[in-house]
Amino acid sequence: MDSSQLLGITTFTYLFSSILYAVIFIFRAKSLGPATTVFTSIALLIQTIGIGLRWQESYQIGIGHAPLTNMYESLVFFAWTIIAFYLFLEWKYKIRTIGAFAVPFAFLAMAYASFSTEFSKEISPLIPALQSNWLIAHVVTCFIGYAAFTVATGLAIIYLIKNSSASRNSTDESTLLATLPSLSVIDDLTHKSMVFGFLWLTVGIITGAVWANSAWGTYWSWDPKETWSLITWFIYAITLHARYTRGWGGKRIAWLAILGFLSVLFTYYGVNFILSGLHSYGSS
Amino acid sequence: MNQSNSVWAFFASVKLALVTLFFLAITSIIGTVIPQKETAQVYIDTYGQNTANLFQIFSIPDMYNSWWFLGLLALLSANLIVCSIERFPAAWAIIKADNLATPLKRLQQMRLRREWTSALNVSDTEATLAATLNTNGWKNQSRQKDSGRLLFSQKAPMSRTGVYIVHISILIIFVGAIIGEMFGYKGSVMLPETQSTEQIYTFRTNEAIPLGFEVRCDLFEIELYDNGMAKAYRSELTVLENNEIVRQKTIVVNDPLTYKGVTFYQSSYQPYQSFVVTVSDMTSAKKIQAILPYQQQHVEPNSDLRFGIINAKTAGQSVTDIKLWLKDQSGVSGNYWLSDGEQKIIEHEGTTYLIAAKQMYATGLQIAKDPGVWTVYVGFTLMIIGLLMAFFMSHRRLWIHIREEDGKTLVLMSGSANKNRGAFEKTFSALADQVQK
Ligand code: HEM
Repeated sequence: MDSSQLLGITTFTYLFSSILYAVIFIFRAKSLGPATTVFTSIALLIQTIGIGLRWQESYQIGIGHAPLTNMYESLVFFAWTIIAFYLFLEWKYKIRTIGAFAVPFAFLAMAYASFSTEFSKEISPLIPALQSNWLIAHVVTCFIGYAAFTVATGLAIIYLIKNSSASRNSTDESTLLATLPSLSVIDDLTHKSMVFGFLWLTVGIITGAVWANSAWGTYWSWDPKETWSLITWFIYAITLHARYTRGWGGKRIAWLAILGFLSVLFTYYGVNFILSGLHSYGSS
Repeated sequence: MNQSNSVWAFFASVKLALVTLFFLAITSIIGTVIPQKETAQVYIDTYGQNTANLFQIFSIPDMYNSWWFLGLLALLSANLIVCSIERFPAAWAIIKADNLATPLKRLQQMRLRREWTSALNVSDTEATLAATLNTNGWKNQSRQKDSGRLLFSQKAPMSRTGVYIVHISILIIFVGAIIGEMFGYKGSVMLPETQSTEQIYTFRTNEAIPLGFEVRCDLFEIELYDNGMAKAYRSELTVLENNEIVRQKTIVVNDPLTYKGVTFYQSSYQPYQSFVVTVSDMTSAKKIQAILPYQQQHVEPNSDLRFGIINAKTAGQSVTDIKLWLKDQSGVSGNYWLSDGEQKIIEHEGTTYLIAAKQMYATGLQIAKDPGVWTVYVGFTLMIIGLLMAFFMSHRRLWIHIREEDGKTLVLMSGSANKNRGAFEKTFSALADQVQK
């Protein structure tokens, strides 16, 4: 088995996980719950081994480096952190119905990584600028933040769906949505995920700045990627303050979570493929 | 409200913070879409004369240094300062409060509380409760209060300073950036191998800045991967003061050299069509180094030795193999192939030479002097510490009041937490269950 086979399998296991979580939600098949969690954990384990193998393979071909250095590898890691963060939430808060709105993001990331033709999936040597331990710290911390923001968005979507059906008061839908946690619990989890993400995004931006300083002597140069990460950071800072000091909650916070996530996507994807700048490694 | 009060209130408001952050986020987008720091002509060509004029008026070509963007950052700073001055004293008062002076009435009204009667008398109850709290990590004090005893215990009161640390860290980062802007510079220099410089040229104005010492490039080399991609750019640098070597270091991208607050970063290079050739006579230990253009002879003065490069193989811009021609007192000449950068010992008509040749390069160094960077890093560290405190720690307080009434010992336990109340409620009931036993 090599890493590409394992990572290929991962795409399908996450698809299957997504389907299982959707079945649990739609058909209220609570009994499937434990099996689904076990299956998803095994899928995460397979992916972990896949990432580990890819790391090892890079050493075998003499260009050893952590598998976090191009668009393909970062998408794979993104999917990994989404599942890891989601399973953590599920374990901590014992809520399985939100899986249907979180796990599919990991599947989409893997599917995009596997099937896109925009970037290479090869293990490629590191250009000199990327040979730094700060790079690993930077990528890992940013993606933990992104994963938390992704799950926050899943939660925000649940909130908005449940909220709108509650206000329409249609009975059969509300029975389906009744399996979801209460609005206040979803709202609280959304907020907690964003707080967690904000901390990691902050550390991500800081490690990026320290890395830039060690490579070029400038910790901040307003290149588009840096600037967009700061814009994202501002959006979440606004969200935290609006909630904490002005008592915003519910729908407004849910929309801000989605807005923040769009900004994350643009920082991560849009800047590489739509704008150009120093951080062009994603396009190679 | 008088004038100065309303100005103060304006700067103290969180609404202003939300508006400022919103505008910072929105306007920051501009510079990611419109290329920055291009020449005026580029904007005219891309956007037309009228739009380009408008851009100049609003400093769009360098928007992150424009008056209005810096103004927004100044507004954010003023907001942070005033807001902190406004709120910190109250937070500090809570941190330092004498919680044993809390009125009994407030304890009776707290949302989180439990009441029971104890089988023991007041002082024995106090002793057992205090001991149980202690073993659970709640160190406590007590005092006579309202015809009873009041016990108090708290955790992490200082966590209330977390948000202030975060806010101040932002100001510290700004201060660091200003220090760097005022007392530092960024520049570059192209330094050919074997040569040295005492000055560099700033990015912004291309003005020469004296370093106060001398930097020499002894060697530049490129290491390649098997597939031909660059693996490492490497410069051997020597720092000299008064012609004496004070520091030597091989720098690569991500590992610069710093001397007297000035840092030299590997950033680019330039190949020449010349060669650095070294010929050493192993017996006399005499070393001759020369920079030679292609097919040009070096004639060593007061000696019969002469040498030159008569052939070279290249791959793209870089030389891979070099053919050295050499003639000495023997009167016989010889040709020797070397790979680029190789050193080789050869026997030439009875004399042993160590020969070496490589294509000549200039190393492109980026130079930064930024005395503010440590201040910025202090700000970074404080920001992370402050966020951890603000997000994951909470100030939790516990009071237990014990009094005698109609021959019974009544106990009231109340608690509060400033954050994460759900988790504290669980801790509170678990603790209450335990102390009641
Ligand atoms: C980018 C800039 C800023 C960042 C990163 C930031 C960060 C934070 C954080 C992390 C918290 C804690 C929130 C929580 O516990 O959920 C907080 C609270 C707060 N912030 Fe900011 N802040 C910023 C700007 C400002 C500004 C300009 C003001 C000015 C009014 C402000 C006023 C406040 C206030 C009043 C609180 C609540 C403090 C309390 O009562 O505990 N913040 N801020």
